[in-house]
Amino acid sequence: MIGRRAARRRLLPIAILVILALLPLGLEQYKLYVASLTLVYLIMAIGLNLTLGYAGQISLAHGAFMAFGAYAVAILGQRGVPFEIGLLVGAALAFAAGLVVGFPALQVKHHFLAMVTLGFNIMVFLILRNWESLTGGSFGISGIARPAWGALIFRSDRAYYLYMLGWAALVVVSAHWILGSRWGRAFRAIRENEMRAEALGVSLRNYKVMAFAIGAAYAGIGGALFAPLLGYIDAGAFTLDRSIQFLMMVVMGGLGRFEGPFIGAILVTVLPEVLRASEGLYLVFYAVAVILMMLFMPKGLVGAWDWITRRPAPGGATPPAVSLPPDPARPT
Amino acid sequence: MTDFLQLLAAGISIGAIYAMCAIGFVLLWQTSNTINFAQGEFVVVPAFAMVLFWTTLRLPFAVALILTVVVSALLLGFGVRKLLISRLLQAGVLPLVIATIGLSLLIRYSIQQFWTPLALPFPPLFSRVPMRLGGVILAWEELMNVAFAAAIIGALQLFIARTKLGWAMQAVAQNRNLATVLGIDVGRLVTITFVLNATLTALAAILIAPVYLVKYDIGIGLGLKAFYAAIIGGFNQMRGALLGGLLVGVVETLSAAYISGPFRDAAVLVILIGVLLLKPEGIWGVKEEWAS
Repeated sequence: MIGRRAARRRLLPIAILVILALLPLGLEQYKLYVASLTLVYLIMAIGLNLTLGYAGQISLAHGAFMAFGAYAVAILGQRGVPFEIGLLVGAALAFAAGLVVGFPALQVKHHFLAMVTLGFNIMVFLILRNWESLTGGSFGISGIARPAWGALIFRSDRAYYLYMLGWAALVVVSAHWILGSRWGRAFRAIRENEMRAEALGVSLRNYKVMAFAIGAAYAGIGGALFAPLLGYIDAGAFTLDRSIQFLMMVVMGGLGRFEGPFIGAILVTVLPEVLRASEGLYLVFYAVAVILMMLFMPKGLVGAWDWITRRPAPGGATPPAVSLPPDPARPT
Repeated sequence: MTDFLQLLAAGISIGAIYAMCAIGFVLLWQTSNTINFAQGEFVVVPAFAMVLFWTTLRLPFAVALILTVVVSALLLGFGVRKLLISRLLQAGVLPLVIATIGLSLLIRYSIQQFWTPLALPFPPLFSRVPMRLGGVILAWEELMNVAFAAAIIGALQLFIARTKLGWAMQAVAQNRNLATVLGIDVGRLVTITFVLNATLTALAAILIAPVYLVKYDIGIGLGLKAFYAAIIGGFNQMRGALLGGLLVGVVETLSAAYISGPFRDAAVLVILIGVLLLKPEGIWGVKEEWAS
């Protein structure tokens, strides 16, 4: 019985991957674009979930980290560098930026970290918009080429979707691996109780900064895949709003849960399409949904699902969200 | 030199209004650990209320002002505290942050959808005839903004330093557990702080409306500046927010005039990041409180 369940657990991801791979055959161009965008968001959300959901370090700079990947691919692509190298360079740059931004995380608490990262995102946006010789300024960069392997060029939307799906699968598998390793356990230990983690021999300094940098590197990969999707990027695509959108995605999906980013990414891309009929009211509905969700299910949709099915959370108790140390006298 | 002095005056004038928003921000943080990402929208709502009462319904100025403050205090102070914050305080900092982001979106786009997406004009409160002081030309608006902001902040400071309620607020800010043990009703104080904050933003709204025009999205910039001011000056001190507000106003005005390059918007951010790296508790903040 248990063996069958384990087999099912192993088969499920493969089944989902097959369905996702067959998806483009049935979708018209615009819907395929939305599906491709969902893959980008999924990668972004997985990165942020690692930083915020597992290691408990808030980041409002994921839009900026994403820009590193997107601009690396765009700028290197103009000079004839293959896409994959651009992607790796972008991820490495984002990783380095994550190290730099994560460094203050050693000294400051959540709310200050929110501000540091927020400032960083605005800074990156200003640089992107104004460094015209490199980034094209507010005109952006157009004609970004899609990847090609010799004669095999992922030029059509369907082919590029499948290409992105491959990277997304790689990201999912690697994130799963990281979270299962001692790194993932250290991240969770820091989130639960910094002092205890340190007493148990977890090096806070290294792991906190790494949680930031790895999350940022994923964002870089997401950005690199995003750039050729429309073939055009400009600074406006990587604003603070975008970072806030990622944050909402992760929180609405369910912080610190592996399923969270999947649900969040689908929600954030599909919801606007569903609400499109309401025109401008979409944002009002969206805001109400966010507030209601925080009021009634702060653990996100995954948390709500757990509550409905009354299934204990896998891997032991998962606390609701990043929280301040318990404070008996919190006003209510 | 006269140019510089004129710019300085303009910067202080706008900075005084930023300081009002930043002080409200800091008070909320101190008593309730709420980072209010909707602070900018807390200025937009009373600005629209003032337009409604004063220019649309043509009520006398004093009546319109009182109504605006009351509406703001009830809706954004009492209402937000009771409907949103009460439930969320137990959930931790992050859900609270997201909820206030949601609230800011809700206010912004509701006004855009149900009221107007356009910028509404707002009549000047003071004579627009410039006055000369030596060689320097000053606007009455600038002088009066500073005077009113100083009076309001001074009154708030007196309230906090001289009244029992003010002492209780200080006690809660310093040590919530101890304050509870001493018999202070922390929940009630949080409510009072929210009402105070909404009153402050309402007054700031009336002062800034003639400068900025009244539009659904002016809260984005205002909220960010209050935020910067609070961080630069010091998040746990009222005096820090005051200093930060003035600094942001002055630096922003001077850099807009003197830095011709594309990075003029970045001057405030450079200060912000410098402060965060070198003295994260803020220029005039106190270290111990947030180190715990």
